[in-house]
Amino acid sequence: MANVLLKNIENPNSADISEYKKVGGYTSLQKVLGKDPKSIIDEVKKAGLRGRGGAGFPVAMKWTFASADPKFPKYLLCNADEGEPGTFKDRPILEKNPHVLIEGMVISGYALGSEYGFIYLRGEYPAAKDILNKAIKQAYADNLLGDNILNKGVKFHLAVHQGAGAYICGEETALIESLEGDKGQPRIKPPFPVNVGVFAKPTVVNNVETLSNLPYIIEIGGEAYAKIGSADCPGPKIYCVSGHIEHPGVYELPMGTTLKDIIYTHCGGIKGGKKLKAVIPGGISTPVLPPDKIDCPMDFVNMPKHGSMLGSGAVIVMDESVCLVKVCHRALKFFEHESCGKCTPCREGTGWLRSILGRIEKGEGASGDIDLLLSIAANMVGKTFCPLGDGAASVVQNFIKHFRPEFEEHISAKACPNR
Amino acid sequence: MTILSQTALQEIDEIRQNYPTARAALLPALYVAQREFGWLSPEAYAAVSDLLGVPPAIARGVGTFYAMYKNKPMGRHVVQLCTNVSCMILGAEKLVDFLKNKYGLEPGGTTVDNRFSLVIMECIGACGTAPAMLVNDDFYENLTEKYIEEILGKYQ
Repeated sequence: MANVLLKNIENPNSADISEYKKVGGYTSLQKVLGKDPKSIIDEVKKAGLRGRGGAGFPVAMKWTFASADPKFPKYLLCNADEGEPGTFKDRPILEKNPHVLIEGMVISGYALGSEYGFIYLRGEYPAAKDILNKAIKQAYADNLLGDNILNKGVKFHLAVHQGAGAYICGEETALIESLEGDKGQPRIKPPFPVNVGVFAKPTVVNNVETLSNLPYIIEIGGEAYAKIGSADCPGPKIYCVSGHIEHPGVYELPMGTTLKDIIYTHCGGIKGGKKLKAVIPGGISTPVLPPDKIDCPMDFVNMPKHGSMLGSGAVIVMDESVCLVKVCHRALKFFEHESCGKCTPCREGTGWLRSILGRIEKGEGASGDIDLLLSIAANMVGKTFCPLGDGAASVVQNFIKHFRPEFEEHISAKACPNR
Repeated sequence: MTILSQTALQEIDEIRQNYPTARAALLPALYVAQREFGWLSPEAYAAVSDLLGVPPAIARGVGTFYAMYKNKPMGRHVVQLCTNVSCMILGAEKLVDFLKNKYGLEPGGTTVDNRFSLVIMECIGACGTAPAMLVNDDFYENLTEKYIEEILGKYQ
């Protein structure tokens, strides 16, 4: 199918509003303003749209909760804090197709009864910040944002809020804390953001890619949209592929394309014709898979049945040259660095896991270390406010589950067998 | 008397209008202050905290929580190299060694001539073109030792 989210991005001026309008931009917005906002939520429900940030939560359900809350104002936050290692799927939307996101946000805001939106953009994307600010300015100038959008009496204001380098702010309650001017430490739920979110008001947090689907859903209708890709979680999906692969990059494909097809059909297979050793299918937090387990549909429903998760759709391909103990150690270094420090099992656990993995990698591991890693991991899962600790523990559990002999070899040989 | 320039004050005032509370302008205001001085000195924290009416401890707590705020003086150019998994498996560690050997630039350190500081980053979203780095606000991808030499030559 033709690109929907990444439509027109080969055009060097694709970020400009006039180029966006030339390919049908802002017609969906024109179509919905004046309609019953509830009918838009119904359309999203029919479309079966699920959040593309990683959790795959049904969008219409989140919206219904926020829309039903009697408190005003309501806030719509776009999560553009793309920080999951391996992930670079939102960056092309932000840098090359910012108006599809803005149009999606105005439509979503109208559906929710929200008049204020923020794009929480990660600090590491300085170019995207300038591009988004310019696009927002253009949208204001064309009366597509403001107090009386397209003279239909609809109000929606939008601003970019730049994060400052904290992975945890991709978690929605940490993002809210950060937007309020605080450290990005997650809140306990309930209350959920849909009722008590930013500035204590009903708040919807959706990912860049999620919101960017709105114009297309309105354009073709929920029923037609629901026929794209996987039955239980339809739509186009941006997969981003990195590591030892012939053609790394972003690929917009129907949701549910198999991991094997993504690697071998779309990305040209393993770099240099080498042997595949392992794949992380959805960003570093998602369970690693061995080569015989990659014939699985990449969507929110099927990946758990195959022992992993879709996550952000960030595929990291590793060939036979890679030491998986080293990769696991690097991943835990990341989680230790990014743990916000609020919950003890995560703050201490990530450090302990990193330290034990470090000594195994160096050839200084002790015979009980693998069981010790598993015991620490088991004591982290489910014991923290947010999923960062779970993610860290699950990385260790799954690397050991599929590649235990490599860990054992490091310990028995007192050195890395890959060197 | 604030140490922030007139332009900075005006910019923070404009940013402030985007939010229902002054506190919410803290992160962007810290960015503005950092741009003015190259880092967040105690005086910069005091100025931002005064301006927004945010307690100094809160401003400092926020400024030390996030990786992109610099709490010590930086070199003229900040090299931010990613070493997370996608970059690592494509050779980022060798590039760290290269920066050390060729420029005397250690992770977290600054060259003696104050030209470069090196910050090791956690994923900068350029995994498909790894290894990657930012120099100040400019992205550089598909890095090799030779390419890094060429890039850094542009930053005096």
